[in-house]
Amino acid sequence: MSNEEKKGITRRDLIKGTAATAGLAAASLFVPPRFAIGAQAKVKVGFLLPYTGTYAKLGTFCRDALKLRLAEAGNKLGGREIEFIDVDSEANPAKAPELTNRLIKRDKVDFLIGPVHSGVGMVMVKMARGDQGPITVVTNAGADQLTGSLCAPNIFRTSFSSYQMGYPGGPVMLEDGHKRVALVYWNYGFGKEVAAGFKKSFLAGGGTLVKEIPTPFPEVDFQAYLTELAALKPDAIYTFYAGGGAAKFVKDFAAAGLKDSIKLYGAGFLTEGVLEAQGAAAEGVRTVLHYADTLDIPENHKFRAAFKKATGQEADVYAVQGYDAGELILRGMEAVKGDTGARAEMIRAMETAEIASPRGKLRFSPSHNPIHDVYLREVVKGENRVVRVAVKDQDDPAEGCSM
Amino acid sequence: MEISFYLVQLLNGIQYGFLLFLVASGLTLLFGIMGIINLAHGSFYMIGAYLAYWLSGMTGSLWLGILLGLPLALLLGYAVERFAISFLYRRDHLYQVLLTFALILIFNELQRILWGNNVHGVPIPEVLAGSIPLTENQVYPIYRLFISAACIVIAAAMYWVIQKTRLGMMIRAGSSNREMVQALGINVNRLFAIVFSLGVALAAFAGMLAAPVDSVYPGMGENILIISFVVVVIGGTGSIKGAFVGAMLIGLVSTFGKVMLPEMASMSVYAMMAVILLWRPQGLFGRAV
Repeated sequence: MSNEEKKGITRRDLIKGTAATAGLAAASLFVPPRFAIGAQAKVKVGFLLPYTGTYAKLGTFCRDALKLRLAEAGNKLGGREIEFIDVDSEANPAKAPELTNRLIKRDKVDFLIGPVHSGVGMVMVKMARGDQGPITVVTNAGADQLTGSLCAPNIFRTSFSSYQMGYPGGPVMLEDGHKRVALVYWNYGFGKEVAAGFKKSFLAGGGTLVKEIPTPFPEVDFQAYLTELAALKPDAIYTFYAGGGAAKFVKDFAAAGLKDSIKLYGAGFLTEGVLEAQGAAAEGVRTVLHYADTLDIPENHKFRAAFKKATGQEADVYAVQGYDAGELILRGMEAVKGDTGARAEMIRAMETAEIASPRGKLRFSPSHNPIHDVYLREVVKGENRVVRVAVKDQDDPAEGCSM
Repeated sequence: MEISFYLVQLLNGIQYGFLLFLVASGLTLLFGIMGIINLAHGSFYMIGAYLAYWLSGMTGSLWLGILLGLPLALLLGYAVERFAISFLYRRDHLYQVLLTFALILIFNELQRILWGNNVHGVPIPEVLAGSIPLTENQVYPIYRLFISAACIVIAAAMYWVIQKTRLGMMIRAGSSNREMVQALGINVNRLFAIVFSLGVALAAFAGMLAAPVDSVYPGMGENILIISFVVVVIGGTGSIKGAFVGAMLIGLVSTFGKVMLPEMASMSVYAMMAVILLWRPQGLFGRAV
């Protein structure tokens, strides 16, 4: 109103002025941690893992194991306190962009840990790679591209690539004397990559692929395929299934009476976490994996005892991968004494790290993918016993990576 | 491939169809007769499986587990109907979709809290644990044949109840004209509560029966839910006969699709649904929309 203009400082001006001052004061508090001398701000570790759905156990184990490793180191990263941020990925690639964005842009995490599902992993790595992105440690997703065409200095992996899951199967089956083999797997990104890795080594070693049977994902009705296998009569089959699907396949395979005539081999997940559900049907099944619960090395015994004490559950490969991720970021932060701004130095420390992991010796390739021993395990009396080392220092060709 | 291969695949397809029918029959009962779209149907299947796992683990016998689990499932169905579904009878289908979707989320979380994230197995009862040899190296588990037999019994029982009993008559009348039935002095609310409980118990029973062959794991309800809806849509909503035919069709197409057209295996069922709907939008045995 015209009257008000005559007054010197109106109420509106006063409110505006106070708001501006308050805003400035608040804004001045947002000093990025890396500029704060003494680095008092907490280190933010963000998890993008499935805490619900079929992979819920895998996500929970990974996070719990990483937290265990950090707790063993006094719950400090490079001398700084840690803030954990949990985001449930639900193993759903469709939600991944929004959730990854939340962790990177809104929460501004220093370290991004996860995921389980390769589809989520593809989205996450695409968004996180680069100089602006957080240091990312992939703790399960096996898609080859994550350390292949999408490789980047700030992307690490402590799990495996699908190539490393399929490739060792070839020499193993040939050594065991199986020349005529059928390949059965879940027909989606990860399954296809495992199959490709297997075919490469098996065919190169002189084996014959009787039939390749990709089954629709995530369907678990295998009766038709089992009948087909019975008619084909291969010496053995190499499979990839995980979780509920793995439990069902092994049970259905035994129920169809095929166990005696056809030897069942698979990528390790066929018998990981599902042995209780499979029962007697799993006896004698051989799998290749970079870990076994019964691995007889001191680091493994120590880890399993600590994990049991902390969570009350028996550890598995997913926990190991989370535990190793914890060790990796500890090494990085220790090398730079907690200064997350010294990225190049931290990355150099991480990529040259040699870790005495519960799985054995773990080090990293130039594309930041694990180089580890892959074991041949056989299910004996309800547990995976290590038969022999399938491939020593299994690497990954990292196709498309320019690092 | 010899003829025995195709015969065994036929058996596989029929057996799968029977299992689908068992699950989908409850769904079509609810939708056709009560007009309820129950997205939580898969969750009830999962609850049945977990009840079977839990109770058979406690008592050591699958039969006891099922015997104890069925009343629990009935009770759960009654509670869900009374406290949630009954408010939405007169509302648009969208409200029912939203509500039952919420139920899915709630049940999934409850399952995680109560039974954890692991994959579990339920042992097959000893008497049914054998196998029948079919070809020289393939045997057929007796338990799967038992499931098919149970489904036939259930189908016959449902047919008899719906067509030949007074309760069935009330159900059929209540679904065509609710107000008139109420005017005739029949308590429609109680009737619908009974029907809903029965539908839930059917789904749970299917879960219990299938638990030994399916394994019990989080999220197992979602897979079966989608295919159940396809069965109901193909067969025509509200028609038990339609659900039976639809389930058999899907079982056979799915099984033979996998071996004949492996690249299109996952699509074959949905392609068939599209073709049927183009020809008969109300489903094979549904009432004309």
